[in-house]
Amino acid sequence: MKIRLEKSLAQNKTSQILVPVIAVFMALLFCGVFLAVTGRDPFEVYQAMFAGALGSEYGISETLVKMIPLALCGLGIAVAFRMQIWNIGAEGQFYMGACGATWVPLTFPNLPFVVMIPFMIFMAALGGGLWGLLAGWFKTKWQVSETITTLMMNYIAILWVSYLVYGSWRDPKGLNFPLTAPFPDAALIPTFGALRVHYGIFAVLLLAVIFWLFFKGSKWGYETLVIGSNPVAARYAGMDIRKNVLLVMFISGAISGFAGMVEVSGIVGRLQPGISPGYGYTAISVAWLARLHPIAIVIVAFLFAIIHVGGFMIQTMGIPSAAATMLQGAILFFVVGSEILTQYEIKFSNKEEAQDE
Amino acid sequence: MEVTPLIRMSNIVKRFPGVVANDQVNLDLYAGQIHALLGENGSGKSTLMSILSGLYRPTEGNIEILGEEKKIDSPSDALANGIGMVHQHFKLIESFTVAENIALSQTSGSVLISEEEIVEEITRLGKKYGLFVDPRAYVWQLSVGEKQRVEILRMLYNDSKVLILDEPTAVLTPQETRELFSNLRNMADNGCAVVFISHKLNEVEELADQITVLRNGRVTGSIGRSEINQARLIEMMIGRDIITAYEKSEPSDKEPVLVIDNISALNDMNTLGLDGITFKVRAGEIYGIAGVSGNGQRELAEVLAGLRHTLSGSIKFYGEEIAGLSPKGMIGRGISYVPEDRLGMGLVPKLNSCDNVILKEYGSEKFSKGHFLKRDAAIAETQRIVREFDVKMGSIFQPVKMMSGGNLQKLLLGREIASKPKLMIVLYPVRGLDIGAIESVHKLLLQMKENNTAIILVSEELEEIAKLADRVGVIFNGKILGEFPVKEMDTEKIGALMAGIVGNGGAKA
Repeated sequence: MKIRLEKSLAQNKTSQILVPVIAVFMALLFCGVFLAVTGRDPFEVYQAMFAGALGSEYGISETLVKMIPLALCGLGIAVAFRMQIWNIGAEGQFYMGACGATWVPLTFPNLPFVVMIPFMIFMAALGGGLWGLLAGWFKTKWQVSETITTLMMNYIAILWVSYLVYGSWRDPKGLNFPLTAPFPDAALIPTFGALRVHYGIFAVLLLAVIFWLFFKGSKWGYETLVIGSNPVAARYAGMDIRKNVLLVMFISGAISGFAGMVEVSGIVGRLQPGISPGYGYTAISVAWLARLHPIAIVIVAFLFAIIHVGGFMIQTMGIPSAAATMLQGAILFFVVGSEILTQYEIKFSNKEEAQDE
Repeated sequence: MEVTPLIRMSNIVKRFPGVVANDQVNLDLYAGQIHALLGENGSGKSTLMSILSGLYRPTEGNIEILGEEKKIDSPSDALANGIGMVHQHFKLIESFTVAENIALSQTSGSVLISEEEIVEEITRLGKKYGLFVDPRAYVWQLSVGEKQRVEILRMLYNDSKVLILDEPTAVLTPQETRELFSNLRNMADNGCAVVFISHKLNEVEELADQITVLRNGRVTGSIGRSEINQARLIEMMIGRDIITAYEKSEPSDKEPVLVIDNISALNDMNTLGLDGITFKVRAGEIYGIAGVSGNGQRELAEVLAGLRHTLSGSIKFYGEEIAGLSPKGMIGRGISYVPEDRLGMGLVPKLNSCDNVILKEYGSEKFSKGHFLKRDAAIAETQRIVREFDVKMGSIFQPVKMMSGGNLQKLLLGREIASKPKLMIVLYPVRGLDIGAIESVHKLLLQMKENNTAIILVSEELEEIAKLADRVGVIFNGKILGEFPVKEMDTEKIGALMAGIVGNGGAKA
C-alpha cells in the first residue's frame, strides 16, 4: 500500500481553523510527555502556567504587557507578509522606533503630555518606517533580498541603540550605567493604577481593527494582496509594484517602530540596551500562526504572552523557564507542520507501481 | 535484422491534475542519430523528455534501454543510465568554475576528486567534440553559448549516451547556433543519440535525422530525413482541415484605428523578439496572426499591453501615439489584453471570482469609493458576468484556481468584454478548451467584432483564424511576412511563410 499526499483543490474553512487548534493541543501533549519523563506532573505544570499568567490581576497585567509589543510587531509584519515581502526586521525597526521616540524627551524635556506623546509616536513611526523603507529601497533599486537586509539591519539597529546609551545619550547622573536619563512624566504612557499594563493596549486593539478593515475592503489592501499572490497579474492590471513595496516596507517598519515607542514610554521609561527580548522575532511566529489576520494576531500574541509569563511563573516550581520556550517552539513546529494538511489530502492507494524484473 | 534502439519509450501516458500532457506516446532513439521533437508550446515535448530524464514519472507506459526495461526514478538514475538533459534554464552554479560545476554532477568515482584530472578530461572532451570552454573560468564570466557548452560537457563527462537538449537555440546567436549544430553532429557521429526539442522548422530540417511531431500530447507523425517536407510538418504540427468560416460582417470602417509601424522590441532572452513589425487593424475587424509560436506573438501582445518596452517604431491608436505607455495607460485607452497564460497573468489563482473580476478596474468609480472597495458592486458584476457568459463554478467566493480551463477563459473574457474595450489582443484563446467552450469563446469574439471592437487574434490553429478573422498576417522572426484577406487564404502558402520561406507567391516581405 502506498500513502500519497495530493494537493487538495477545495480549501476547507473549518480545517483551516481546526487544524491549528489541534496542533496546539498536540504541542501541549508533546511537551506534557517531556515533562512527565522528567518526573513532573504535566497537568500541574500547565495549571501553574495558566494560573500564573491569568489567575491574578498581576498575572493578567504582565501577560498584557508582553502581548502589546508582540501584537504590534505582528501587525507590522503581517502588512509586509501579505504582499510576500519577507520583512523579518521587526526587531531592528522596534529599536529604531524606540530610539526615535527617546530623542523627543531627551531633546525637549519640557513639552506637555499632549504634544510629547504624539511627537514621540511620530518620531518612532518615522524611525522604524525609514529603517524598513531602506531595505525596501534596496529591494526595488537593486533587487536585494529583503530577507537578508532586514535581518542584517536588526543588528545594526540594536548596536546603534547601544552606541547611543553607552555614548552621547548616557545619563550623566546614571552612575555610568548604559541608560538614558529617565523620561519626564509627560513622556510616559499612563498605566492602569499600580499595574504595569498601560494604555498602549488600546492602540493595539485600534490598529488591529483598522488593519482588519483595510485588509478586508480597501483598494490598497486589495492591491497588496494581488501583488503578493501574483505579481505578474498585478503588473498586467497596471498596479505600481515598486511604490507598494516601498509603502509597505515603510508602514511595516513604522508599526514595529511604534511598538518600540510604546515599550520605552509605557514600560521602561528610558532607553537602554535589551529593551526587547526578541519581540520582533517571536512576532514573526505570531503573525504566521495567525495567518496574517489582524484580529487573530492579537489572540495569538495573547497566547504567546501567556506561555511567556506562565513560563516565568513555573520557575518557582524549579522548572526552568526554557520549558516555556520549548512549548512555544513545539506549537510553532506542530502548526507549521500541520499546514500541509490544510493544503494536501492524504490518499491511500493499493496500486503497486510496475516493477521491473 | 532490426537494430535495437538505444531507448524505446512505449505507450507513455502522463497525466497532471486535469491535463493529459502525454497520451500513448511511442518514441525510439538510435545511437548515432539526431532526433528532433517538434511541436507547439504545450504539445508535450518537454514533458516527454522530462520523463526520460527522470524528472517526472510516467502515469503509464515503459522505457527500455537497449531492449531492457528500466525504471527511471530520478535525474541521477537517468544520468547513471547514460541519459542527460540540458534544460532551457541552465542548472549551473554561477560562482563556481566550470570544472567545479562538472565535478558536482559526477556520478561515479571516489570521494576525493583531483581538479587536475577534471580539467584534463574537460579539455580532452572539448577537443574531441569541438566544445571549447576554459575549465578554470567561473560560470558567471561565460556567455550563454559557453554555459550551454558546459552543460553539454557535463553530460559527456558522465558518459551520457543520450543527450537531450530542450530548445537549445532559443538563447543562442546564429553564429553560436551553427557551432552547436556541428557539435551535435559530432556527438552523434561518436555514437550518441541526440534529442533536439524545438518548434523551429528550419532548424529541425537542417539538423535532424528523424523528426517526431507532437500535438496536444500525441504523436501526429514521425518521418525520416529523406521524407522531410515542410508543408507536411506544419500540417502535423497545427492540423489542417479548413472549416467554413462563421458568418460575419465586413467591417464598416475603412480607416484603420490601430497602426503599428516598424516596431522592434527585445524578448526575454534580450534578443530581438519583434523586428520591425508593421500592420494595421480596423474597428470591427478581426486581424488573425498565424505563426509558429515563439516568433514574436507574445512580445507583440505585451508591447500593446504596455508590459514591454519598444526599441523603435510607432503605434498609433485612434491617431494617438501610444508606444511606451504604462499598462495603466493602455488599459485607460480601452486596450484589453487576454493573455495566453490565464492563471499566470490574466487572473490571480488564489483569489475568488469577485476579486478577479475587479482586477483591472478596482480603482474605478464602478468598484470603489474613496479608499474602499464596493464589495456589493463587485459581487453584482461578477454574478452578471457569470450569468451572461455562462461561467460554471462552485461559488463566486471560491479561489479561481479550482475552475476548469474553459470556465477560467470565459471569466477572463467576460471581465475584459465587460470593460468595453476598443481593442482586444487575444492570445491562443481556445488552447486547452473543449469543443463546447471553444464555440462559446468564438461567439464572444464575433460579438465583440459586431460591437466595432478591433481584435487581434493570435492563434496556432489556422482553422481558428480561417473561421474568425477578416485578414490574416503571418508572423515569422518578429515580422509580418505576408498578409491576406482570409477569403484568399491558401494553407500551403501560409505554411511556407510560417516556416520563413518567402517564395515568389506574391507575399510581401
